Amino acid sequence: MITLEKVAKIYETKSGQVVGVDNVSLTINKGEVYGIVGYSGAGKSTLLRCINILERPTSGKVIVDGVDLLKLKSKQLRVARQSIGMIFQGFYLVSSKTVFENVAFALKAAGVEKTKRKERVLELLELVGLSDKADHYPTQLSGGQKQRVSIARALANNPKVLLCDEATSALDPSTTKSILALLKKINLELGITIVIITHEMEVVKEICDRCAVMQDGKVVEEGPTYDMFSNPKEPLTLDFIKTVLDFELPQKLLDSISGTLVRLQFRGELAEEAVVSDMLQKFSVKGNILHGKVEYIKETPLGIFIMELVGEKTEQEKALAYLKDRVKQVEVI
Amino acid sequence: MYLSSIVSLLPELNEAFFETLLMVGIGLLVALVVGMPLGIVLYVTDRGLFLEKQTVKVVVGMIVNLIRSIPFIILLVFLLPFTDFILGTTIGPLAASVSLSVAAIPFYARIVEAAAREIDRGVIEAAVAVGASPWMIIKDIILPEAKPGFISGLTITAISLIGYSAMAGTVGGGGIGDLAIRYGYYRYDDTVMFTTVIVLIVLVQLVQYIGDFIAKSVNKR
Ligand SMILES: Nc1ncnc2c1ncn2[C@@H]1O[C@H](COP(=O)(O)OP(=O)(O)O)[C@@H](O)[C@H]1O
Ligand SMILES: [Mg+2]
Repeated sequence: MITLEKVAKIYETKSGQVVGVDNVSLTINKGEVYGIVGYSGAGKSTLLRCINILERPTSGKVIVDGVDLLKLKSKQLRVARQSIGMIFQGFYLVSSKTVFENVAFALKAAGVEKTKRKERVLELLELVGLSDKADHYPTQLSGGQKQRVSIARALANNPKVLLCDEATSALDPSTTKSILALLKKINLELGITIVIITHEMEVVKEICDRCAVMQDGKVVEEGPTYDMFSNPKEPLTLDFIKTVLDFELPQKLLDSISGTLVRLQFRGELAEEAVVSDMLQKFSVKGNILHGKVEYIKETPLGIFIMELVGEKTEQEKALAYLKDRVKQVEVI
Repeated sequence: MYLSSIVSLLPELNEAFFETLLMVGIGLLVALVVGMPLGIVLYVTDRGLFLEKQTVKVVVGMIVNLIRSIPFIILLVFLLPFTDFILGTTIGPLAASVSLSVAAIPFYARIVEAAAREIDRGVIEAAVAVGASPWMIIKDIILPEAKPGFISGLTITAISLIGYSAMAGTVGGGGIGDLAIRYGYYRYDDTVMFTTVIVLIVLVQLVQYIGDFIAKSVNKR
């Protein structure tokens, strides 16, 4: 659906050149929810804005739904933008327009006749759950409601792609959850491809099929979200994973440990977890679970446990060998 | 004595008042029709906006600054031949409104530009992202969003023009300023002087009040 080929954006500023995006190539499939994470200043927004040419890349190719956007004339580009919705952290609603008028503006921009706008706006407000707020002004709405209006506006012209720039970063955790649920619904029911930029790994974990980690304008790692969580390759990715899956043990506890410290990681299905109890029965070792969690990465469980094996050295070794045989990722720490 | 001299002055005061209104009104109208579009041009051609065009921005900006840097009293004299050319006279409120208009255009253009800048860039960007045309963004986003600013800017322009109109009066433009100069200055008539000042104060207060009222009533935020 979206192909970026060696996209670069260099800003000419008074104090010299600033690299916003540095030769990024990405493919985002149709119907996918794709996440881009990175710290502030990594170039996420710039990259996202290159997808609908809000920012014209210095070099590279941007292909959305088979159309090479950089080859379009300004009028054609406007038409192309109608099938790429975008929402922002700051909502950016027109404060002098009602909720209804804000959404209707997107339709007007696409040349939809006035008589046909009303029905579509009401349909969109229904979709985002704001039917009763049509005549309110943005200042009368909460952050979550404002984001819903901006989602309705972005979806007005039946886009194929929805770009989200930190769409939940200004919202509290429970509102974030409800907006993510709405995005999930939009993705599943309308089949819209979604690209989400965020610095919150929770968001990625919740809805992204695949994700990329950015730093200094470059994509440092990319892959299915589950793989990124279960097997991060770059230190930066690990940093982000740790915000959700952190297994630091207190030093005091570490000092008091006599046995072997083992970190087990598996797709947290019950069959696999049974491996641990099997092991404890088969060998004369004791296992103390010190830390552990089953996290759901877009519905797929990922279990991580840290346990201490206590017992005779030889028995410990045998138990460990057994674990290594049955569990994918075992690590002595 | 005081009251009777005011009463005897009334017909002339009345005429002068309407002459002032006429000059200022024409100036304001021109400010709206020419100054506002120029202000919008200054805004939308700025860096990072949807009609970014440095050459236009710089050229228009320079012309605007050029006119604004000339003190009004000098502009007034400087424009006399031009006024004579288009109206065939340099006397009367209509003639005075030419220089008032020329001064009002860049004055209001800068105010419009500044008011438009107050709009969150993200709001403009969101409109660009839904594929709106430049004209539609100007008409449906910038105008309604900056309307309160545009109106209070018009109030400021009106009040400045009332001040300028008094200067225009001194070179035969008529109006309240003319009255003040003729009676108050040349004939040392304190009563007339005092009365014109009162009239001007009342006029300015009234304009400010009406301007604020309208700006407030169009502000839906
Ligand atoms: N208009 C601009 N002019 C100059 N530099 C910019 C501009 N926009 C972004 N940058 C720079 O590009 C880099 C990436 O910014 P951005 O894409 O906003 O990062 P992120 O969204 O990941 O926080 C930063 O170093 C930023 O300072
Ligand atoms: Mg950003």
